This record gives sequence, C-alpha cells and structure tokens, in this order.
Amino acid sequence: MTSAVEELEQTPVRHGLLRYAATKAGGALLSIAMVIVATFFLFRMLPGDPVRALAQGRNMTPEQLDLERARLGLDKSIPEQFLHFVGQTLRFDLGVSYEYKRPVLDLIGERIGSTLLLTGTALVLAVSLGLWQGARAGWKPGSKFDKVSTAISLVLWSVPTFWLGLLLLMVFAAGIGPIPGMFPTRGSSSVDKPDGFAGVLDVGQHMVLPCLTLVAVVYAQYLLVMRSSVIDEVGQDYITTARAKGLRDDDIRRKHAVPNALLPTVTLVFMRIGFVVGGAVTVEAIFSWPGLGQLFYEAIRVPDFTLMQGTFLLITVSVILMNTLADVVYHVLDPRVRSA
Amino acid sequence: MSNVTWVRRRRAIGRFWADFRTHRAGVAGLVILALAVVLALLAPLFIDSSVTNVVSGTGEKMAPPSLDDPLGTDESGRSVLLMIWWGSRTSLLIGFLAALLSMVIGTVLGIAAGHFRRWIGAVILRVTDWFLVLPSLVTALVLAAILGGSTATIIVAIGVTSWPSTARLIRAQTLAVEARPYIERSLALGAGHWHIATRHALPNVAPLLLASTTLEVASAIVTESTLAFLGVSANKTSWGTMLRGSYDWGAATSGAWWYILVPGLCIVTVVMAFTLCGRALETVLNPRLRTRAHA
Repeated sequence: MTSAVEELEQTPVRHGLLRYAATKAGGALLSIAMVIVATFFLFRMLPGDPVRALAQGRNMTPEQLDLERARLGLDKSIPEQFLHFVGQTLRFDLGVSYEYKRPVLDLIGERIGSTLLLTGTALVLAVSLGLWQGARAGWKPGSKFDKVSTAISLVLWSVPTFWLGLLLLMVFAAGIGPIPGMFPTRGSSSVDKPDGFAGVLDVGQHMVLPCLTLVAVVYAQYLLVMRSSVIDEVGQDYITTARAKGLRDDDIRRKHAVPNALLPTVTLVFMRIGFVVGGAVTVEAIFSWPGLGQLFYEAIRVPDFTLMQGTFLLITVSVILMNTLADVVYHVLDPRVRSA
Repeated sequence: MSNVTWVRRRRAIGRFWADFRTHRAGVAGLVILALAVVLALLAPLFIDSSVTNVVSGTGEKMAPPSLDDPLGTDESGRSVLLMIWWGSRTSLLIGFLAALLSMVIGTVLGIAAGHFRRWIGAVILRVTDWFLVLPSLVTALVLAAILGGSTATIIVAIGVTSWPSTARLIRAQTLAVEARPYIERSLALGAGHWHIATRHALPNVAPLLLASTTLEVASAIVTESTLAFLGVSANKTSWGTMLRGSYDWGAATSGAWWYILVPGLCIVTVVMAFTLCGRALETVLNPRLRTRAHA
C-alpha cells in the first residue's frame, strides 16, 4: 500500500477508531462498576455477623467488635455502607488484611511482580507454541500431524491443572524411580539466593515446573483455536489464487493464510485471559509461587475476607482492562473489522 | 401430537444414531460414560460411606498397591480403590447438576436475549458479556468460600460462573431461527412470546444444547475437582478432595504415586469421555461442522 493511499484512508478511519475506543472504554468502565457493586453485595452475603466472620476465630472483646464494626462502617445503613465502600475502592483503599495486619494494596504490590513474571513467560511460550502447532495442524486437517496435535490438546484439555502440577512435582521435583529430583518443590528462589546472574538462574530453575504446568494447560486451547481459524482460511478464494500463481505450499501458509488467521486467534487468546488467571491461581498454590494467585489462595484458605475481596477486585478489573485492550488493538490491526 | 410427527421424529433419531455410530471416539466415550454412571449408581449395593471414615481404615498407612488393597492406601490406611468408587458419586453428581444448572440459566437467558430485541435483550446481552469476561474459576472460588462448601453451593458456584458461553450460543441460534419466515407466519396467527420461545426457538436449539451440555459436564467435573483441591469444598469424598489429601500428606514428595495417579486418571478418563462424546454430538448435530468434516 502506498503512503498516499494510506493518508487518504486514514482520516475517517482515525475518527471511527477514536469513537470505537471511547465506546469500548465506556463499556469497560460499566463492567468495572458492575464488579464493584457485585463485590459489595457478594461479600455482604457472608452468613452471620460479618465482623465475626472477618475475625474468624480470633478472640475479640465486645468493645473491639464494636470498634471493628464502626471502622468497617457496618453500624451504618446499607446505602451508606455502599457509598463508603465505593469511595474507598475508588481511592484504591482495599482495606487491611486480618492475616497479615497490613494494607491489602501493599501485599498485592509485593506479589504482583512474581505473578507477571510467571504468567508472562508462560503466556509467551504457550502462544508461540500453540499458534505454530495450530497453524500447521489446521493447514492439513486430517494429516498425521493434525491428528497427533488434536489428540494432545484433547488430553491436555481434560487434565486438571492442579493434577498435572502434582505429577510434575512428583516426577521432577521429588524424583521417582531412576529420575532424580531436579527442580525445587516450592517458592520462587532459594533461601540463600545468590546475587547477580546466579540469582537469575536460581529463579529460572524455580520457575521451570510452574511455568511448564501453566503452558501445558493453556497452550492446548490456543492450538485448537488457531487450528479452526486456519481451517476457515484454507477454503478461501485467495488461497486458491495463490496456489494458481504457483507459490510454494509453505509460502502460502506462512505469508497468506497464517496472517489472516492470526488476528482473530490472538484476540480470542486475550479475550480468554481469565482462563489463564484461573490457571495461575492453581499453579501458584501448588508450587507455593509467591504471587498474587497464592495470596488469593491463602486468603481463601484462612479465610481472610478483606484480602480475598481486594485480590478478587484487582484480578477481575485487570482481566476486564486486558479484554478491552485486546478489543481495541484488534480493531486497529484488522482492516476488515475497521471498514465494517 | 399426531402420529405423523412421531414417525418423523423416530426416523430423525434413527438417522442421528446412524450418524453418531460412525464416530468411533464418540461411541467409545459413550461406553465409558455409561460404565462410570452404572458403577456410581451401583456403589451403595456393595459399599457405603464408611469407606471414607478415617478411623475405619483397615490397611497399613500409605501402603503401595497389594492384593489386599489393589490401588494402595492413603494416610489413614483407607483403601484408595473404595474411596475412588464412592467418590465417583460426588464427582459425577456435581458434574451433572452443575452442568444442568448452567444449561438452564444459559438457555433461558440466551433465548430471551435473542427473542426480545429491544432493551431487555440488550441488558441480558450486556450481563452475559460481563460474566463471560470474569475469570470463572476465581469467581467460583470466591462464591464457594463465601457460601460455604456444601455440595449445593459448589453446584451453584460452578453453574453461576459457567453459563455465559451457552447463553451466547443459544442467542445466536435463536436469532437465526427467528429470522425465518415461519416465525412471521406464526406471529400473524397471533402467537405470543411464550409460544414462539417454547414451540419454535427451544426445539430448534435443543440438539445443540445436548452437545454443549455434554461438554459442560466435562468442564464442571474439572472445576469441581479444582475447587475441592483448593480447599473450598466441604465434601468428604470426591476425586478432588482425595487429591487435596494426597497433597496435604506429601504424597508427591514421599513417592506415593498411587495416591496421586489413580484419582487423577479417573478425572481425566471421565472428562475425556464426556469431551469425546460431546464433540461427536456436535459434529453430528451441527450442519456447519458436518459439511466441513466431509470436505
């Protein structure tokens, strides 16, 4: 495409894009508002006295309970409580954890880096592997490669994340039979973590098993999506044209079919980010990976409802934001959607 | 109902079965499923809930498979085989009921969203999309933790978080059905919302619903086991609870492979059976997929 043509096309497109982005942002804000409202009512559904439930088994005098009730604003009416909660949340005040006796936001801040490292690495690996294998499988549906790929993804799809984690833990961390334990069973670094490059290696070694588990579980989905997306392209006219031009089969796949199939797939991948988040919670719980997922899991185990509420809010809001972003980026990248 | 309709229906079912039979994987899934369900239903004739009682464990603790306990024992000397058998009842029950709940919510809202074009449809669609975006496992965990982990709440937690994809599918199908001329004819004859929804939309989406319910049971069983493993379920026996026990008692690090392998393999087998069955149903019932498979 020449630059002159591009310029001509872009003016109205930009305008449309801005409007589109604004609509999507509005939708995201509405979704986030719905999350906040739902969270408020959900956590007021706790059976019995919420203060006692929040304090869970800790000894508290009636005065302390009253103080706590006043602090949480539970002595006020429901509408007042609601406004209070919304105000706090909008100021990023997520309350204080009962278990840690520290602000939930600080706890989240400490853990979020580990989670981003683990899920980010896993996502990059899963997307590259899944899309590559899916594209090859979908290009020749019914071929041996396709059958093996589909079978693998079907099995992985049926395997619960936590069970796969347990198996890897048993075989590669604890060691079984002739296989020695090669990887650590828990945490993201050794107690006496070395400095510099050795430290990076140490974290890397701790990350192998959790990352492998997460990749295995999410990549199957990407493979299947990419496969069906490529199958949709195979029957298109432009592929026939490319063949008629005498292009090599590999070139048609890589330069014609895959780019077209890629866009809807990548969007779908990010639309389903919630699935990855669920996987991350499970994986972090099994391997005691000190991230957000493990924090959430601990909150559920204790149970520490303020911490649970805070992490739940953060996780859902980030998922909504990522979805919206994927939506807008898709719109920018795919001219077919733009003109529609 | 006139006789003609029944003859036609019987023929349609016959055609469906002839089609389904050609999918070997689907038939294999169906056989495994039937076997699992029969075993779960027959369990009370042979054993009772005492097999899960910690004090009644007869074997040695964490003993590997032997003639006495073919699949080994757990940390209290209970037979893994008997616990699996008894636990299959919980896992399958929750799987079926949660999928059913999810289907009912998804169908009602899906048909409503497709049928009512104005603001009602728009609002339902908006709520559906909202639920679709929420990370379902995280939401189910919170729901189960707040409501307590009884069987009923686990079913609710799974059902309430898994219906949106069904609702979207059903909505799309309803829109396609209602665009056909015979709906217009029906409206002209004075059909109301209820008549259109139950007599025209529902029968048309029913086949797809069957396929998607089957797939939904598979994912409900996985979710149930995950919830149990993460400790929000109060159930004493399910395959997920057993795996929780194996984790708590360090079966992975002490090499008690039978305690980890067997419950997990049960989950995978049953889930795969449902998935294969569901995919075969989908191929048979969805004309779009059918032509693609033959091409």
